[in-house]
Amino acid sequence: MSLATAIRDRDVAELPGKRDEDWRWTDLRGLIRALPEPSSAFAGDVGEGPFDALADDCRTLVNGGEALIALPANSKATVALRLVSRGAGSHAASVTVTLGANARLRLLETYESDAGSVSQTSLTIVLADGAAVERIVLARDHEDAVSVSQAAVRLAPRAEFGQTIVASGARRQRLETRVIHPGGHATLRLDGIYLLAGKRHSDQTTVVTHESTDGATIQLTKGVVRDQARGIFQGRIVVAEGADHTDARMGHHALILSDRAEVDAKPELEIYADDVACAHGNTVGALDEDALFYARQRGLPEADARAMLTEAFIGEVVDRIWFDGARDVVRDWAAERLRA
Amino acid sequence: MLKVQNLHASVDGKEILKGLSLDIPAGEVHAIMGPNGAGKSTLSYVPTGRDGYEVTSGSATLDGENLLALAPDERAARGVFLSFQYPLEIPGVPALTFIRTALNAQRKARGEAEITAPEFLKLARAKAGDLKIDFDMLKRALNVGFSGGEKKRMEILQMAMLSPRFLILDETDSGLDIDALRIVSDGVNALRSPDRGMLVITHYQRLLDYIKPDRVHVLSGGRIVATGGPELAHELEREGYERYEKAA
Repeated sequence: MSLATAIRDRDVAELPGKRDEDWRWTDLRGLIRALPEPSSAFAGDVGEGPFDALADDCRTLVNGGEALIALPANSKATVALRLVSRGAGSHAASVTVTLGANARLRLLETYESDAGSVSQTSLTIVLADGAAVERIVLARDHEDAVSVSQAAVRLAPRAEFGQTIVASGARRQRLETRVIHPGGHATLRLDGIYLLAGKRHSDQTTVVTHESTDGATIQLTKGVVRDQARGIFQGRIVVAEGADHTDARMGHHALILSDRAEVDAKPELEIYADDVACAHGNTVGALDEDALFYARQRGLPEADARAMLTEAFIGEVVDRIWFDGARDVVRDWAAERLRA
Repeated sequence: MLKVQNLHASVDGKEILKGLSLDIPAGEVHAIMGPNGAGKSTLSYVPTGRDGYEVTSGSATLDGENLLALAPDERAARGVFLSFQYPLEIPGVPALTFIRTALNAQRKARGEAEITAPEFLKLARAKAGDLKIDFDMLKRALNVGFSGGEKKRMEILQMAMLSPRFLILDETDSGLDIDALRIVSDGVNALRSPDRGMLVITHYQRLLDYIKPDRVHVLSGGRIVATGGPELAHELEREGYERYEKAA
């Protein structure tokens, strides 16, 4: 079952849905009765992307296609990767990213749809020994779109991988990251933010498999949902037998700002090794009324006080972005959405 | 200045204030003393408009304007300031950002121009210096990881920066050692002025050695049961509240 196959074969029976444990909260099979026509090639101007000004190299795929980003050993690059959907067709894209030993990449990725398209993007990211990647994903899809991104990441010893996904949802939006973690003092940061309004849906799913000793993973996802929106966080960390001295920490915290909004969370630790330090925390609640009163007593009107406190809530995740240019873009974008 | 007349207020349907009246003219400092459960915290929250405190009858006005009809931020913009017994931590918002946002929100509500960044920083440096607050601390998230004494000093700093017309101090001495108490009291005393009123709520007389009140009221059972000069505080310290609890 996969959306990529369903799009390729135009076969709804291939769509993942409720019966697949990993997809029970993002049921594409129940949603899509017929796949739209394949997207046509788009030759028009797609305008500027939010990260263009920060990048040495801009790669844009419109309505599917393939891209290869290959960094030789010891090289450095900042690449803006835009996955653009124009119109309401269906399409799939495939991106391969490889880093030689000690190469360093800032990957600034965006999802930009403008209608009710059905799209799937597969990314394969492979790091060699000592390589480093910071991947920032800004998923700003159209409210009618179905948008799925699936990244498979393979680390190497001493590699460093940091990721922050920022999503505003779609009719159905899913951003999936699967990481094979070889330990060997490689470090992984997997962060996420979702800011959802209207009837938007966003699903952030991560699976990290620690295969060997001395690996570290930190994860922090925060979400704010209002109206009738729905946020989903599924995080699984697997520590294989013998992967001792693994240090893994996962946190997911969400604010629900209306009675009809919903958050579903499934944090899981599967530990088969003996000597590990693992922890997870998960909270879902409303804005702190005491803090809200405090801010209002100091003179902030209610809407401003709420915006300040929700921005601050999200700010903890934004602050963890290493690349300051991208951090500013994300902070401004989040503030704009929270004040909308 | 602040006039409270026959105020009745409930929390979760339980009446806490039962006909409280107070009249604090501009230029005066009044102290409210009372045993636990007398309604002291309720008295700090009702005039400032906290949710969950329902006024069933009576009035509270500032210079004749009905406070109870205003939102909490509108009351703040009119100059009502509450120094919290337990100041809140605001993770992710640097103290300077918080205070500047509050100051500009109040100015905007009053139809005044925003304070410029250099003006604001100059003011913040001066006031922080008076209160012996390390300026770098103001770049940290407000009250997060601050000690009890530091939080109270941050309350007084905000008070000094916002320059309110009427101050309510709720148990400002709790959690302060003697040095911090002196710094905080000096900060409050520096704000005493002929056009400003203060209501100092405290369980213990100690604070009133530093912030000398013009009048002292005893709050018990949701009402003012006795009023006197500063000597009343000393009498309470000696003899306790028992006599007044019976009276209530």
